[in-house]
Amino acid sequence: MSHWRSGWVAFVTILSKEVRRFSRIWPQTLLPPGITMALYFVIFGNLIGSRIGEMDGYPYIDYIVPGLIMMSVITNSYSNVVSSFFSTKFQRSIEELMVAPVSPHVILLGYTFGGVARGLAVGLIVTLMSLFFTRLQVQHIGLTITVVFFTSLVFALGGFINATFARNFDDISIVPTFVLTPLTYLGGVFYSINMLPEFWQKVSLINPILHMVNAFRYGILGVSDIHIGVALVLMLVFVAVLYCFSYWLLKRGIGMRQ
Amino acid sequence: MTAAISIKGLEKTYGNGFTALKGIDLEVQQGDFFALLGPNGAGKSTTIGILSSLVTKSAGRVSVFGHDIDTDLMAAKRCIGVVPQEFNFSQFEKAMDILINQAGYYGIPAGEAAQRAEKYLKRLSLWDKRDVASRMLSGGMKRRLMIARALIHEPRLLILDEPTAGVDIEIRRSMWQFLQEINAQGVTIILTTHYLEEAEQLCKNIAIIDQGRIIYNTSMRRLLKELHVETFLLDCRETLQEAPVLDAYPCRLIDEHTLEVQIDKAQGMNGLFAELAGQGIEVLSLRNKSNRLEELFLNLVDENAEKGAA
Repeated sequence: MSHWRSGWVAFVTILSKEVRRFSRIWPQTLLPPGITMALYFVIFGNLIGSRIGEMDGYPYIDYIVPGLIMMSVITNSYSNVVSSFFSTKFQRSIEELMVAPVSPHVILLGYTFGGVARGLAVGLIVTLMSLFFTRLQVQHIGLTITVVFFTSLVFALGGFINATFARNFDDISIVPTFVLTPLTYLGGVFYSINMLPEFWQKVSLINPILHMVNAFRYGILGVSDIHIGVALVLMLVFVAVLYCFSYWLLKRGIGMRQ
Repeated sequence: MTAAISIKGLEKTYGNGFTALKGIDLEVQQGDFFALLGPNGAGKSTTIGILSSLVTKSAGRVSVFGHDIDTDLMAAKRCIGVVPQEFNFSQFEKAMDILINQAGYYGIPAGEAAQRAEKYLKRLSLWDKRDVASRMLSGGMKRRLMIARALIHEPRLLILDEPTAGVDIEIRRSMWQFLQEINAQGVTIILTTHYLEEAEQLCKNIAIIDQGRIIYNTSMRRLLKELHVETFLLDCRETLQEAPVLDAYPCRLIDEHTLEVQIDKAQGMNGLFAELAGQGIEVLSLRNKSNRLEELFLNLVDENAEKGAA
């Protein structure tokens, strides 16, 4: 059997195992983001949003829908990989992969695409949920798909790195709680940075999530606070750097091999 | 013929400074059923960990069927199936899924993987548990599942790290029979075990490892030949107040009906019975006090400890 064929079978095995895992526990993985985002749509979109009026020329609910979709994609891509890979380490079933002739690339791609699959599945659920509250008219479908895919990939890789270093279950919740959530809330999900004083506008630009959310919003609504080209380059750079670092960790067996 | 395993100058020092292996040389030939024995912390699991890529070596060379693990690791991995000491599968997955996934990691497509999984689950009497989550299986079933998982890619070498720990006698015997069958089919087997009877029953060759060094490496037959003295317990009809004085046999009283006698193989047992009969003691039955291999093992380890202390 060729090296490539064997690697492909191993990749499909890991990916399908991951998809089966988050599908099996759908009340923990797929349902909660749907409910949470529906509440956001009702409260921030309809109830409060109707008093806010327009943002960048769009009704407030239309403005926040792309951000809320991205928020759920980011959270779920990250948490799928961090919890699944850490659990694999914790139960020592990572040894099943380590004794087998599976390249670190295949392991990494299998787990990160598992995270991407959950991120996109939840993104789709939230998008369908939003249709109960507003009409989405996607302006740039190709860009929208590209941005959501690469954003999901960036955070799936981030989750993998977190899981590699994690020694206990507390370690896998620190980054989502203290880093991802603040960056997401401050990443232009609910507001345009044009509302901020100039100094804080500049500070906001160092938040990568701001670029991702705005690029996605541009794909759907056609409005953005940032330059789309910068956002795309930023995402590609993040993917490249995080992938190389994750590969190096796996190759060295850091956090896995004694 | 290329050795199944060739280890030269293998060393391992862990991050905490503990040196588990101090330069091991070992060869296991193809088709062998090889026992690696040693007390706890001797370096058995570290050696197996290095062979199976779970532990990184500090120095030395290891090759598996001629594939050097430094330069041809993937080919070496394809040759090996590992049954670790501790359960290491996902507690939430079903037995069947665990095997099919493992086959997938070796590049075996799902259809063929399902056929192999059925074959090994049936051979290890786990077929009726195929849809049961692994956490619901008994200890013995989990052990057998790990053996099935290690065999799913049909390796040329099977490494078992204490595979029958915590398994009842009936299942242990059936596992022995199964392992003997696959060894007869040409699979090389390396076994570590605390049940020395297991090594004596199954293995053709043996190495004893202690304090990170191989202190003995020979065939099981030769090893057992070197045991000159065996200890027997004799059940006597008479009530004894003290041990009889026998000319050629060291003897002591265990209880009022039991004697412990050491017999050199050169002596035979007729003389013993004659001496006891001469003193009016009738032997109703006798049994080996302990496993012969166990005695030798303990002697070797004690000698090594004394050398280390000196």
